[in-house]
Amino acid sequence: MSNTRKVTIKAFRFNAETDYLPSYKSYTMEVGKDELILDLMNKIKWEHDGSFSYRRSCRHGICGACAIKVNGKATLACKQNAMELLDLFNNELVLEPSSKKRAVKDMIIDKSDFWEKHTAVKPYVVADIEPHPEKETKQTIAEFNNFLDSDLCIQCGACHYSCPALEVNEDYLGPAAFVAAYRFTVDTRDSAGLERLETTAEMGTGVWDCVKCFECAEACPKEINPIEKITKLHNLQFEKKVAKSNIATRHAEGFVRSIRKHGFLDEADIVVYSEGYLGMYKHLTTAFKMMKAGKIHWQDGVPFIDNMPKIKNLDEVQKLIDISMTNKL
Amino acid sequence: MSEFKYALFTGCTAKQSTPELLSSTLAVADKLGIEITILEEASCCGASHLQDFDEFLAHVLNARNICYAEKLGLTMITICNTCQLNSAMTKHALDNDADLKARVNEKLAEVGLEYKGTVEIKHFLYTLVDEYGLQNIKDRVTVPLSNFNIAPFYGCHNIRPSELHHGSNNGENPYNPTSLDSLIDALEGNPVDYDHKNKCCGFHVELQANHASEVLAGNAMVDAIDNNADLMVTPCPLCHLKMDTYQDSAGKVVGRDIELPVLHMPQMVALALGCTEEELGLNFHVQKAKQVFTEATA
Repeated sequence: MSNTRKVTIKAFRFNAETDYLPSYKSYTMEVGKDELILDLMNKIKWEHDGSFSYRRSCRHGICGACAIKVNGKATLACKQNAMELLDLFNNELVLEPSSKKRAVKDMIIDKSDFWEKHTAVKPYVVADIEPHPEKETKQTIAEFNNFLDSDLCIQCGACHYSCPALEVNEDYLGPAAFVAAYRFTVDTRDSAGLERLETTAEMGTGVWDCVKCFECAEACPKEINPIEKITKLHNLQFEKKVAKSNIATRHAEGFVRSIRKHGFLDEADIVVYSEGYLGMYKHLTTAFKMMKAGKIHWQDGVPFIDNMPKIKNLDEVQKLIDISMTNKL
Repeated sequence: MSEFKYALFTGCTAKQSTPELLSSTLAVADKLGIEITILEEASCCGASHLQDFDEFLAHVLNARNICYAEKLGLTMITICNTCQLNSAMTKHALDNDADLKARVNEKLAEVGLEYKGTVEIKHFLYTLVDEYGLQNIKDRVTVPLSNFNIAPFYGCHNIRPSELHHGSNNGENPYNPTSLDSLIDALEGNPVDYDHKNKCCGFHVELQANHASEVLAGNAMVDAIDNNADLMVTPCPLCHLKMDTYQDSAGKVVGRDIELPVLHMPQMVALALGCTEEELGLNFHVQKAKQVFTEATA
């Protein structure tokens, strides 16, 4: 097998100062087996068109500047082997900025929303300390390990701009901000944990708007798994009694109520329990359609009629809930 | 005796709002000579929501489900992406954290069970594609789906996080998944290529972030339609519920009239294998879908 491959790479071209619409231009080049996506961008700039613009700095996967998307896949250009992606996408690569709607010039985007959201969670240790301490504030290994891998974030924005919840709701803080919120909330030297838990518990901006798609876990070039930290923040909100009773928290907690009664989730009950009876008007049209199709039945919404299927050995589940449950709403 | 024997974790929706998922799964298994034992003891997987409230409790309940598959010595198969994710997450956590496994087993001992970590957990899609084999399925097609352009909608929880799933989904790449496309191809349907095939349907925030949920579902369906899809097919009943039950409202939010029958993966296979209309259960769909059977078998 040849160590090089001749391919045509497409790249998103746009200049916010002069262009009304972006365009895609093609560049033909030889790609070697050890070359990175960053090398391909360099070739475009150095051998085809000197005006092609992208951010690059460390070339060591640590500064986070060269994050782009290749065929929709979040990619840290200096870390990603080009051949691997050529194989994955049948030799057709399309280079695009991390967020097309934030494009300033070609691969360069305006990342100000990322930094604003990052700032909103106070991504630093908040502590009253002596200005001239006589000894260090030490962390034990266990305390350090509690950060999990959240300390490794390089703020490249790969998860942030891969998040569909953020794509459709610009107020949403996003996975990178939540990783930072988790990192400093569990830091034993920090005193702003409760404040961060309150910030991230807000409806519309906080963790309850996470759609659970795991795009962030897939996107992170440092393998941080942001959604794991989102789950930890959810759990911490209950543990630290920050969680208020609302539609999202009742939806999470309501699973226990259903599982205790039936083993299964009671699909009708979870909606009633989460919304409250007054909120049910929003679901009448859907409920009627589902009833017509035989998906649900009129008895399902009546509190005194139990027509739910039950699992076998339900008593085991009830006992396990009693002895294992750690949180309360 | 069949060489293909599995323990089926049905999940909650197949027992309630999507009975057609269970009937078509059993019909497919029957046609292909796959032996299935339903895990009637299995409880809800927590659907990624119980995990937000109490992660430890979710691990205990999922480990208990897996114990029953271990008792049978059979691979546990799932027919819901979210059941697959949460069962696999518990298995992964317990198999890699001896302390957590011990704490979970301490609870399970109270009801006479022990989690050992001896069985695999696999979604039925991958059982069909990777174990039963596409050629074997192709050989049994009696109703080719050649009249249909079918948009595969993979659903997040079968393909992401890839590291978790790679052992059970034959290394499917979440940025370019192919299993469902190949299955459509084996049934002689025409797979539709579109950007949203591996995107989120919005189901999990249906209640608390309704607008976001509707936009995500609407965008995916519109993309499929704009690429000439006649049908959509998904291995996940939660994606199905979102796209089928909320099709009109999602269409309204994205400003398009959407009419797109959304089939469960086993319904599509059942159709091609010549299963009955009753086994397919298209009458349980909110969006008109019964014509799919008529058109395919005409």
